[in-house]
Amino acid sequence: MQLLGTQLTNTSALAGNDVATFPDFPAEIRAPRGTRAGVSGFQVRFASEEIFTPGDHLDALVVMNPAAMVTNLGDLRKGGILIANEDGFNEKEFKLAKVESNPLDASVIEEVYRVIKVPMTALTREAVAAHGLSQKIADRCKNFFAMGLVYWLFGRSLEPTLRFIEDKFGKKPDIAAANISALRAGWAFGETTEAFGESYQVEAADLVKGTYRNMMGNQALAWGLVAASKLSDKDMFYGTYPITPASDILHEVTRFKNFGVRTFQAEDEIAAVCATIGAAFGGTMAVTASSGPGIALKAEAMGLGMMLELPMIVINVQRGGPSTGLPTKTEQSDLLQCMFGRNGESPLPILAPRSPGDCFDIAVEAWRLAVECMCPVLILSDGYIANGSEPWKIPDVSKLPKIVIKHPEGGESDAPFMPYARDENLARPWAIPGTQGLMHRLGGLEKEDGTGNVSYDPANHQHMTDTRAAKVSRIAERIPDQDVYGETSGDVLVISWGGTYGSCHTAVRNCRNAGHSVSHAHLRYINPLPKNLGELMRGFNKVIVPELNMGQLRMLLRAKYLVDCIGVNKVQGKPFAVSELFEAIESHVSTAKDGKSKADVRNKAG
Amino acid sequence: MNLPVLKAADFASDQDVRWCPGCGDYSILAQMKKVLPELGVPREKTVFISGIGCSSRFPYYMNTYGMHSIHGRAPTFATGLKSTRPDLMVWVITGDGDALSIGGNHFIHCLRRNLDINIVLFNNRIYGLTKGQYSPTSSEGQVTKSTPMGSIDHPLHPLSVALAAEATFVARSIDAHVKHLGETLKRAAEHKGTSLVEVYQNCNVFNDGAMAYAQERKQRAENVVELEHGKPLIFGTNNDKAVRLVGNHLEVVNVADVPADDLLIHDEKEMNPSIQMMLARMRYPEMPEPIGVLRAVQGIATYNDQINDQVTAAKAKKGEGDLQALFNSGDTWEVA
Repeated sequence: MQLLGTQLTNTSALAGNDVATFPDFPAEIRAPRGTRAGVSGFQVRFASEEIFTPGDHLDALVVMNPAAMVTNLGDLRKGGILIANEDGFNEKEFKLAKVESNPLDASVIEEVYRVIKVPMTALTREAVAAHGLSQKIADRCKNFFAMGLVYWLFGRSLEPTLRFIEDKFGKKPDIAAANISALRAGWAFGETTEAFGESYQVEAADLVKGTYRNMMGNQALAWGLVAASKLSDKDMFYGTYPITPASDILHEVTRFKNFGVRTFQAEDEIAAVCATIGAAFGGTMAVTASSGPGIALKAEAMGLGMMLELPMIVINVQRGGPSTGLPTKTEQSDLLQCMFGRNGESPLPILAPRSPGDCFDIAVEAWRLAVECMCPVLILSDGYIANGSEPWKIPDVSKLPKIVIKHPEGGESDAPFMPYARDENLARPWAIPGTQGLMHRLGGLEKEDGTGNVSYDPANHQHMTDTRAAKVSRIAERIPDQDVYGETSGDVLVISWGGTYGSCHTAVRNCRNAGHSVSHAHLRYINPLPKNLGELMRGFNKVIVPELNMGQLRMLLRAKYLVDCIGVNKVQGKPFAVSELFEAIESHVSTAKDGKSKADVRNKAG
Repeated sequence: MNLPVLKAADFASDQDVRWCPGCGDYSILAQMKKVLPELGVPREKTVFISGIGCSSRFPYYMNTYGMHSIHGRAPTFATGLKSTRPDLMVWVITGDGDALSIGGNHFIHCLRRNLDINIVLFNNRIYGLTKGQYSPTSSEGQVTKSTPMGSIDHPLHPLSVALAAEATFVARSIDAHVKHLGETLKRAAEHKGTSLVEVYQNCNVFNDGAMAYAQERKQRAENVVELEHGKPLIFGTNNDKAVRLVGNHLEVVNVADVPADDLLIHDEKEMNPSIQMMLARMRYPEMPEPIGVLRAVQGIATYNDQINDQVTAAKAKKGEGDLQALFNSGDTWEVA
């Protein structure tokens, strides 16, 4: 199902639509088929206008069995199209899905939705009969039949998927041919059946001029890292340990060995981050990535990286927590872990991409900052961005700014080298082993300023702690001021960060269209925060902070600026629906007359 | 080319050494400084990486590049460094707690990957820096601060672990046996692949004399056998004892009592580690404990060579990576 979703997305993007996706699948590799827990879904939205989310509701839903129907029907809008594989609705499947009777037979279904029952299994078997496959293999082709039907319904071209089938199954020509037959049969069924009455055409969206491709979040991170490595003229070392939903970054970067990429699948998360620090010591662009539980394991070494003051990137593709939590579901609940989850005073810069395509720019920016500050930089992505996709405007590589790295040159002189001397950004020199005359020892023990020698001096420890903190806080002087969608003062300011951008932006747009004074500030830099943020917050009656956690950014904002914030918080493994945000924001909007909010209901966690 | 000739003193850093007076670490440090000039590797190409513990202060005392890292993880830092900078000579300095307890995982994985580095494991069978708790190599029944009724742990034997991980170079030496120690470190440095040298090191504060049977010159002759490739395992104050293989175990015999052909001849180059494992399991007081090189096999690819060879091969096959070509690959569309 995930594969088909990706195909529909690519095909729609190639048709010039703006697209946004939400893959939703179980954590188990082969979760029992037919059960509610085993349902694997892929939500895709394509539009002739610019869109920022995969949408709150479905216009069309394809279900292959009763479990898929009962778990997803709630999202289908009234009057929407429900396409069901009739052959998947039998006594065995009802039992698996734990339903008493055939849910398609409920009279309310026919009344509320446009139901189209298709015997897909039987039709697919017929369509592929000529290829002489076993029934088991033949039945696997039925997803392509369903795809063909959807392609007809929305006037999509079969070409990209035909190409894909040739690529993927080229070595098994009989399977490739059968899938193609199934796909074409699905299309033909749509054209000849009278069940639909109409098909839909979605015109190309009006996007900024340029060449586009479809891009997933983890892929964009991988490409951004490789770009950063090229722009800084450095080979990349990527040390990691497999974990959902970060592993796809590894799968992608390891394809780029001809770009000078070395990947290391370590024995555990700790080995992965430590090897990354070792590579950074040697002068290589070093990156590690994980998700919440893995970041917890890396915490001690990240503290060391911060003490050694070596540049590197740590990526956290967040998922539902705590502990193993919801591995395949999205959440933003590692913010405070990344801010504070190390022993001692150990601030690190934190960046957060807002969409799949933005992951590319964030990766490049993270490496630029890491080098500029000589410290590890954290990227907080999430499962929603990682697996979601959107059209990505391909940049002109010759116009991407270079990242200039200077290692101090040595010489024959044995004059003492000062590994902890500092430049205007408070960064120390990145002197690398192999350089004559610059031999020095790094370590996790507190260091004397300048010399880097072990020091237990009380005043020095205070000074070094202050310096390391200032190094991070001073980044605020060099990053852009926080930009705002809407007015820079008014009634309500919505502040969001990370993967909730699309929902928040759309909800704010809808509020503004409804005539409310609502503005939106979406944070890209979480630590340090942009230096105008406090002033910006004070310009509004109310500040609302929607997050897929129980109020972590809100806690930071309140603590730093002493401005109260209202939380809109949710941890259900799902992104925000635009409608729920719209309602939450609107409930706090002041009426023109008395200046009081429509509802003075605070979120429970508030 | 006229290379500067380095002396041991050139490898001393300007930092005061802060081990307890009488600690076995001093001897290892001295031998290291003595051996390094003989290797012909410039100081700036030499890196010492350590974990946490008394032994792990070692890098601070060397005038080379160095990193004092976190507990148990030194081999992992070395992996990242050596994989990206194969031109450097990398040493890992670790202890029995560091390498075998908290770092046990990384220790075996480094060995099985055959990363071309040298690991020197200072084994004093006690936790020193945390002041006297038992370690994974402490003897069963040993009374320490954390085992007032005696340790109930069966000890771990680093050479056995290393052989089980199919390490390509496995050796043991003794802090007090300075000449042997220097020679063993040199052999380790010259080996291509991961070299493990276990060094019996006396902690004179928390576990004094635990290995006196091997460290004191008079006892050593009776309790230790020095391995030499291609030679029988002869030991004893009068060189009158040897080891032979009977069935599937080793036993001590009097040289005078058996034909010379019966004696076990040491073969460090044998790929099958079975007999080397038997040597590693010779333990005091039942058997003499072996020192020297148990295993030194060649021809097994190193991790650092392979990770870099793949990059070279990929470039040869696909050409140097081109970002713009990557971005424009596959399905794209124009918006006019």
